[in-house]
Amino acid sequence: MADTITLEVARYRPEQEDEPTTQCYEIPMRREWTVLDGLNHVKDRLDGTLSFRWSCRMGICGSCGMTIDGDPVLACETFLTDHHPGPVRVEPLRNFPVIRDLVVELTDFMAKLPHVMPWLVADEPPPDTEYLQKPAEVDEYQQYSMCINCMLCYAACPVYGLERDFLGPALIALAQRYNLDSRDHGDHDRLEILSAPEGIWDCTFVGECSRACPKGVDPAGAIQRYKLEAAKRTVRSLLLPRGRR
Amino acid sequence: MTVVRRPVEPLLWLAFSAGGVLAALLVPALLLLFGVAFPLGWLPAPGYPHLDAVVRHPLVRLVLFALCVLALFHAAHRLRYTVRDGLQLRRLSGLIDASCYGAALAGSAAAGYLLLAAG
Repeated sequence: MADTITLEVARYRPEQEDEPTTQCYEIPMRREWTVLDGLNHVKDRLDGTLSFRWSCRMGICGSCGMTIDGDPVLACETFLTDHHPGPVRVEPLRNFPVIRDLVVELTDFMAKLPHVMPWLVADEPPPDTEYLQKPAEVDEYQQYSMCINCMLCYAACPVYGLERDFLGPALIALAQRYNLDSRDHGDHDRLEILSAPEGIWDCTFVGECSRACPKGVDPAGAIQRYKLEAAKRTVRSLLLPRGRR
Repeated sequence: MTVVRRPVEPLLWLAFSAGGVLAALLVPALLLLFGVAFPLGWLPAPGYPHLDAVVRHPLVRLVLFALCVLALFHAAHRLRYTVRDGLQLRRLSGLIDASCYGAALAGSAAAGYLLLAAG
């Protein structure tokens, strides 16, 4: 194995250039290094002006999502050995405006976040003691609660790239996380936003979101599951008298 | 964010979904029987009078009609998104929708006519 590997990093410094450029860095090729380790080597030793987000280095915080050799992935989970002999192309996440280098603008997601009410909506005041759930009730939503908001599913979703109003995979999965929670009573309130044109019906089931998800959340599955629920409610509303819907 | 109900979309999706399931279950079986097993003599082929009697049964006609209609709407729904998003023709959404679902409706009418004419 060679001693070094080249990172081809997309650079964009709005104060000095109008279009993104590419800069190559030769870094040590170490078996235990991820692309994030390589970028940190660049930042610490070669070029302190390179900007990128990172925090936990262990696939928990969801900060270091990037496009590496064309795929949306977490840089901290992408080993250099898997891209040997390189060069390794490192770009910002697709479908988002770029602020600087590998740092993208997430305002659109943050603005949409409260619309799906990602909290427990209660009909009555919570009990004084613990809110007990059976293991089966936890299993219902646990998968969807694993999301770390890394935005890889948005970068992978071709519909989000075309339709900026689309709620997107992570937010619909997040809504399902609460809809399926036995302690929550907000599913009727979420129906309005989820069954809007920009909600589930914009999804064309490409399925790339679930492929990109580093936590196995399966947002595409969450969307299809909710489509069935929303379609059943529509049929009921068309067939049943108002009082029995 | 505007919240506008689009009640036709859930119904189109139901037809797409049901069409996909039905087509996946029935079409391979029909193809295997009539396209491979009977022509190659793996199974004794039913005679024309027998098949004619089967198709004349109202329940069989209903199932075949449902299969044709739902499979056509499944194809229309998929084609609509493939053309609209794949070719990036969102500005022609109305025309694409009308063409795809219109073709499915025309195909359904043709299937209905043929099944009725068989009687």
